[in-house]
Amino acid sequence: MAASREEIIAGLAEIVNEIAGIPNDEVTEEKSFTDDLDVDSLSMVEVVVAAEERFGVKIPDDDVKGLKTVGDAVGYIADHQS
Amino acid sequence: MPPATLKASRGAPYARLVGVGGYRPARVVPNEEILRHIDSSDEWIRSRSGIATRHWAGPEETVAEMAISASGKAIAGAGITARQVDAVVISTVSHFAQTPAVATEIAHRLGTENAAAFDISAACAGFGYGLTVGKGLIVDGSAGHVLVVGVERLSDLTDPTDRSTAFLFGDGAGAVVLGPSLEPALGPTIWGSEGDKADVIGQTVAWNEYQPGQRFPALRQEGQSVFRWAVYEMAKVAQQALDAAGITAQDLDVFIPHQANMRIIDSMVKTLKLPEHVAVARDIEFSGNTSAASIPLAMERMLETGQARSGDTALVIGFGAGLVYAATVVTLP
Repeated sequence: MAASREEIIAGLAEIVNEIAGIPNDEVTEEKSFTDDLDVDSLSMVEVVVAAEERFGVKIPDDDVKGLKTVGDAVGYIADHQS
Repeated sequence: MPPATLKASRGAPYARLVGVGGYRPARVVPNEEILRHIDSSDEWIRSRSGIATRHWAGPEETVAEMAISASGKAIAGAGITARQVDAVVISTVSHFAQTPAVATEIAHRLGTENAAAFDISAACAGFGYGLTVGKGLIVDGSAGHVLVVGVERLSDLTDPTDRSTAFLFGDGAGAVVLGPSLEPALGPTIWGSEGDKADVIGQTVAWNEYQPGQRFPALRQEGQSVFRWAVYEMAKVAQQALDAAGITAQDLDVFIPHQANMRIIDSMVKTLKLPEHVAVARDIEFSGNTSAASIPLAMERMLETGQARSGDTALVIGFGAGLVYAATVVTLP
């Protein structure tokens, strides 16, 4: 069953916490991965791969560049869930 | 007429590494020097790559000179003379004369007796490719000892104003000698190419399209794509090399991945779930990315510093432009 927007945010928060050590409650939709959450371009790849596994989506390299904020990622995952 | 019956050669039952040697250019270039041309910081470079310094070759430290120096050490370490080297395999992407191969000059100046000599182009997987070719030559009887060298002057292919790559690359040479063995000491190689990703790493301009007045061709790469491929796809290849050799990560003493980026190394160690006791090569901090030279250079440093010992079981994996990759398990010389 597809995850809800809230479930996707919660899942991303756990992933970002694991990779960048940011507290889960700071991972909110308006936050920028690089500017606010200490997720640099290489850590972003780790976030993306973890998100692919968790939510059963494929996020090609070309699309990763478009995911600036947590909200961007939530929207992408919500739209591409099988 | 019936087909003639041919004699065929047969070599040693197995091949092994019998010597290793490296050459690092004299000039050490710290991050501060790189920062003269790019808007960045020492902290940024270290956090993205783990690189603190790299060696850049001077005019006298040519590809041939560096290779000869590293090879001399490897041959001496093997306890043989250059006359016993029957084949010289040079892996490089930064020797700028298309022909002849630099391998022939190296074979001649080392004092081999007309050893077979040729260059291969397999970028950062070049050491594993050379190892695999050399092993085949020994087992099929085409050579008794084979010299395999990775040598690069990547500073010549570096754009000092590209803030994503200016700090990455270094120069140097790493050489090994392969010899005959009665016991298996080189596992099967898991290797291949993914030409659908040919545009992920390459040079900015092809030589035949380069115009006077343009910047000299430089290396460029899609950092995120390389990182994802290296960490997640190459971890699978590394695991296949362990499986093919009939061992598990628990049996390893040493892990020597191509020194591309400390972040890639750290993530590979995590993805492969390597046990604590495995010593991991982190030569990149002092050498940058030296492409085909990085694995033998790191191997030599680990043996010299006591992080690894002769007879240890090591997993080596190279990966780079092509994209190409090669992984195998070796017994250290």
